[in-house]
Amino acid sequence: MEITSLWVYLSAAPLFWLTVTVASYIAADRLAAASGRHPLVNPVLIAVAFISALLIATGTSYGTYFEGAQFVHFLLGPATVALAIPMLRNVAVLRANLIPMAAALAVGAVVAMGSAVGLAVLFGLPQEMVAALAPKSVTTGIAIGVAEQIGADPALTVALVIATGIIGAVIVTPLMNLLRIKDYAARGFAVGLAAHGIGTARAFQVSEVAGTFAGLAMGLNALVTALLAPLLMRWLMG
Amino acid sequence: MLPAIAVLLLCQLAGESLVRATGMPVPGPVIGIMILIAGVAIRQRVSATHDLADAAGPVAPLADGLLRNLSLLFVPAGCGIAERLAEVGPHVPLLLLILVISTVLALVATVTTFIAVRRLTGGD
Repeated sequence: MEITSLWVYLSAAPLFWLTVTVASYIAADRLAAASGRHPLVNPVLIAVAFISALLIATGTSYGTYFEGAQFVHFLLGPATVALAIPMLRNVAVLRANLIPMAAALAVGAVVAMGSAVGLAVLFGLPQEMVAALAPKSVTTGIAIGVAEQIGADPALTVALVIATGIIGAVIVTPLMNLLRIKDYAARGFAVGLAAHGIGTARAFQVSEVAGTFAGLAMGLNALVTALLAPLLMRWLMG
Repeated sequence: MLPAIAVLLLCQLAGESLVRATGMPVPGPVIGIMILIAGVAIRQRVSATHDLADAAGPVAPLADGLLRNLSLLFVPAGCGIAERLAEVGPHVPLLLLILVISTVLALVATVTTFIAVRRLTGGD
């Protein structure tokens, strides 16, 4: 078989892009481990950058890529359900922090949404982009639902959600060290609220307590933002 | 391992069905978390040892394995960013600037509220 016809076959086969996804992530994660889990060497960021470059270089559409990668993407649901286990394991420390969590949720949810929307209005962005920014801190599935409800483009919303997750995962460690916050419950809760699952993934790399609080904050903020976003947008658009 | 996979899928399926049926603004897997917590907690109560690892059985190692590699699961969605942001071309730098500022503000506001309220309520 000629090399070009082999490529034509492979580049359209789900197996190829599934393999590329897993292999790129393993390489990126090794790199992150070799750096001593330096916050800037984020495995999601590296794998996404590498695969995106590969897609552009080979002229492959995201749709073709996703036919293979969807098998990995699908596991997000079961992995979310899996958060029940660390929550049960850390039920005592969760119970001891119920009031701080409730207060941090209320303030954090409003700041996460309000600051993005407020800055967008301030900078004069078009209205559909202002709306797409509102659910940027919540997990993809809910963000899409919120976007549809407030008249934002779901595709742009997803891109902003993922970008927010990566930004949060990268800056959380240096920022918390700068603020001299050593409590992993508080650090985890903040990154789960501001940067949903990608922040939660980062928190689990640092400590199980941080990951547990991050997972809980992610779920709670999804609920609060879904309730608040339509109210905020209605008030803003008069 | 297979029974553990079935447990996670069943909890998610029950969660998704409940969300569809009631129209709650919560993702199905989040309800799935609550169902799994309830299930394991009940098993923990009725078991002689009250041990979490006993009650969760093979679900615990599977859950830990999935969560250890949670970052991988965001790679497929992440690869769509380039294509989607290309469509809003000239606005990208400003959008990214807003995301960075807003994420810093959200992190600081959340963590300082958490710490301050715990001090006020005498937890620390």
